[in-house]
Amino acid sequence: MSGPGATILGFGARHRVGAAALFLAVFPWLMPYEALAVNILVLGLYAVGFNLLFGYTGLLSFGHSAFLGAGAYGCGIALVHFQIPWFGAIVIGVALATAIAVVMGYLAIRTRGIYFAMVTLALSQCVYYAFYQAVGLTGGENGLRGINLSEIGVLTLKVDFLNPTVKYYLILAFVVFALWLLSRILASPFGAVLEAIRENESRARACGYNVERTKLLAFVLSGAFCGLAGTLSALHLSIVPIETLHYTTSGQAVMMALLGGMGTFFGPFVGAAAYLLLGDVFTVLTSHWQLVLGIVFVSFVLFFPKGIWGSLLVWAGRR
Amino acid sequence: MSGLTIDLLLLQIVTGVALGSVYVLLAIGLSLIFGMLTVVNFAHGAFYMVGAYCGVFFYGLTGNFWVSLILVPLGVGTIGLAVERFLVRPLYGRNIDDPLLLTFGLSYIFIETIRILFGLNGIPFSTPPVLSGTVDIGIGFFPLYRLFLIGAMGFLVIALWLFIEKTKFGLIVRAGARDPEIVRVLGVDVSRVWLAIFGLGTGIAGLSGILAAPLQAVTPEMGIPALAEAFVVTVVGGMGSLVGSIVAGLLVGIVVSLTSLVAPEMAKVSIFALMALVLLVRPQGLFGRAGLMG
Repeated sequence: MSGPGATILGFGARHRVGAAALFLAVFPWLMPYEALAVNILVLGLYAVGFNLLFGYTGLLSFGHSAFLGAGAYGCGIALVHFQIPWFGAIVIGVALATAIAVVMGYLAIRTRGIYFAMVTLALSQCVYYAFYQAVGLTGGENGLRGINLSEIGVLTLKVDFLNPTVKYYLILAFVVFALWLLSRILASPFGAVLEAIRENESRARACGYNVERTKLLAFVLSGAFCGLAGTLSALHLSIVPIETLHYTTSGQAVMMALLGGMGTFFGPFVGAAAYLLLGDVFTVLTSHWQLVLGIVFVSFVLFFPKGIWGSLLVWAGRR
Repeated sequence: MSGLTIDLLLLQIVTGVALGSVYVLLAIGLSLIFGMLTVVNFAHGAFYMVGAYCGVFFYGLTGNFWVSLILVPLGVGTIGLAVERFLVRPLYGRNIDDPLLLTFGLSYIFIETIRILFGLNGIPFSTPPVLSGTVDIGIGFFPLYRLFLIGAMGFLVIALWLFIEKTKFGLIVRAGARDPEIVRVLGVDVSRVWLAIFGLGTGIAGLSGILAAPLQAVTPEMGIPALAEAFVVTVVGGMGSLVGSIVAGLLVGIVVSLTSLVAPEMAKVSIFALMALVLLVRPQGLFGRAGLMG
C-alpha cells in the first residue's frame, strides 16, 4: 500500500482507539447541533457492543434492547429512587444489564444457529413486559422520569452537566474507555477465538476451545457494553422511555451495525451516524421516514452487505 | 378463590385452545417456510398484520366475511410470492442470516406502508353477525366466534396434512425438506417448490391475521408481539415440525389463558417462562430433531 490514503488507513488500523478518539473529539463541530452528536455517541456505543457479538462472534441477537434498557433503567432507578451518586448509578446500571445478559445468554446459547435470533427476541420481549408492569419502579408506560442531573462532581471538580459541550466530552470519556477496553479484548487470544467461532464453529471446537463458554462470555461482555450505553443515554436524556426496551430498539442495533459495517472497529459509529442523520433529514420531509429506513436497509442487505465503513475499507485496501 | 370451579377451569382451557389456534396457524406458516427454505421469516408478523388489514379492506368492499376469508390469503400469498421471487431468492447461498435480515427490513416497509394507507390508529373489526353471540357447550356459554376459530384451525391443519402426505407435490415438499440437492438431481425444479411454499406460508400468515382480527383491534404494530409469540411456539414445538407447531401452539394458548385466570399480570410473561423451561430441558424443542440447525 502507498499514498496518503493508505498511510492514514495504516495509522488508523494500528492506533484504532486513538484515531477513533481523535475523530470523536472534533466530531461535534461537524454536526448541525450538539444533542445529535451526543445521540450518535451513545447509540454508536450501543452498536459497538452489539457488533462485538454479531460482527466478531457471528451471533445475530434480536434482543439487545434488553441491555440498553436495563442499563438505562438501572441507572435511572438508582438516581431517582435511591439518590445514589451518578457514578455509582452507572455502575449499578451496567451491573443490572450484565446480570440480565448472563441469564439471557445462558438460555440462548443452548440453541444453535438460526434459533438464536428467535430466542433472544422472545426473551427481550419478556424483559419488556416485566419492566412495563413494574410501574412503581419504572413508571410503566410513561417511562422513568425525574432524572435531574444539573451539576455533577468529577473527582474534585463540580461540572455543569447542562452545558452540552461538557456533557459531550464527559460521555466521550466513557466511550473512549469502552473502545480501549474493546480493542484490548479483540486483540487478546480470546478475541481471536471469537473470530474463529464466527468463521468455523466446528473447527474451533475441534481445536479444543470451549465454544459454549466463549459464546456466553462474548454475549455477557456485549450486554455490558450496551448496558453502559444505556446508562449514558439515561443521563443524557434525563428520562428512560419504555421504548428503550422495545423490539424496534433491538432492530436499531442490527440496522446500525449493518449500515456501518459489521465486524469493523469503527463501523458501528458510522452506522449510528448514518441512521440518525437519515432520520434527522427525513423526519423533516415526511412522517413516514421508517419506510425510507426499511428501503435503505433492504438495499444494503441485497447490495452492500459490508456496510458503509466496511465497503470503504475494502475499496481503500484495493488501491 | 371460591369462584374457581371445574367448569370455569374447563371453560378457560377451551378459551386457551381458541387463542392457541391463532398461534398454531402462525407457527405452521413459519415452520413450513423454515423447513423448506431454511429461512426464518422475520416479516411473518408483518404478513399477519397485512392479512388483518386486507381483511378490513375486503370485508368492507364485499360485506361478506366468507369471501374475504378466501381473498385475504390469496392476496397476502401473492405478496409473499413476489417477495420470495425478487428479494429472498438472490440471497440463497449467501450467509444464513441474510434472508433473516432482509425480511426484518421488509417488515418496516410493510408496517409503514399500512400506516400510509390506513392511518396510525387501530381499526375495530366487528365479528361477522352469523358468528357473533354465544352457545352453550355444556360447561357454560362460549363465544361462537372462538368455536369457529378452533374449527377453522382444525380444518386447515387436516387440509395441509392431506396436501403434504397424500399429493405428489407434497411428496416433493417432504423430499425437498430432507435433501434439496438430491431432489434437484432427480429433475425437480426446486426453486419453484420454494416459491410455492413461501407463498403458502405467508398466505397462512395472512389468513391467521383476518381470523384474529375480531379478537383485537387491528393496528399496524399488531404483528410485533405476534412474531415474538410465534417464535416462542416454534422454539417450544421444535423448528420445522408441523406436529410440534400444533401441540406447542395449543399449549401456549392454554398456558396464557390459565395464567390470566390465576394471575392476570403474569399472563404475558408466562409463555416466556414456558420457553425458558423447554430450552433448559430440551433445547431442540418438544418435537424437534437434535442438531437440525447444526
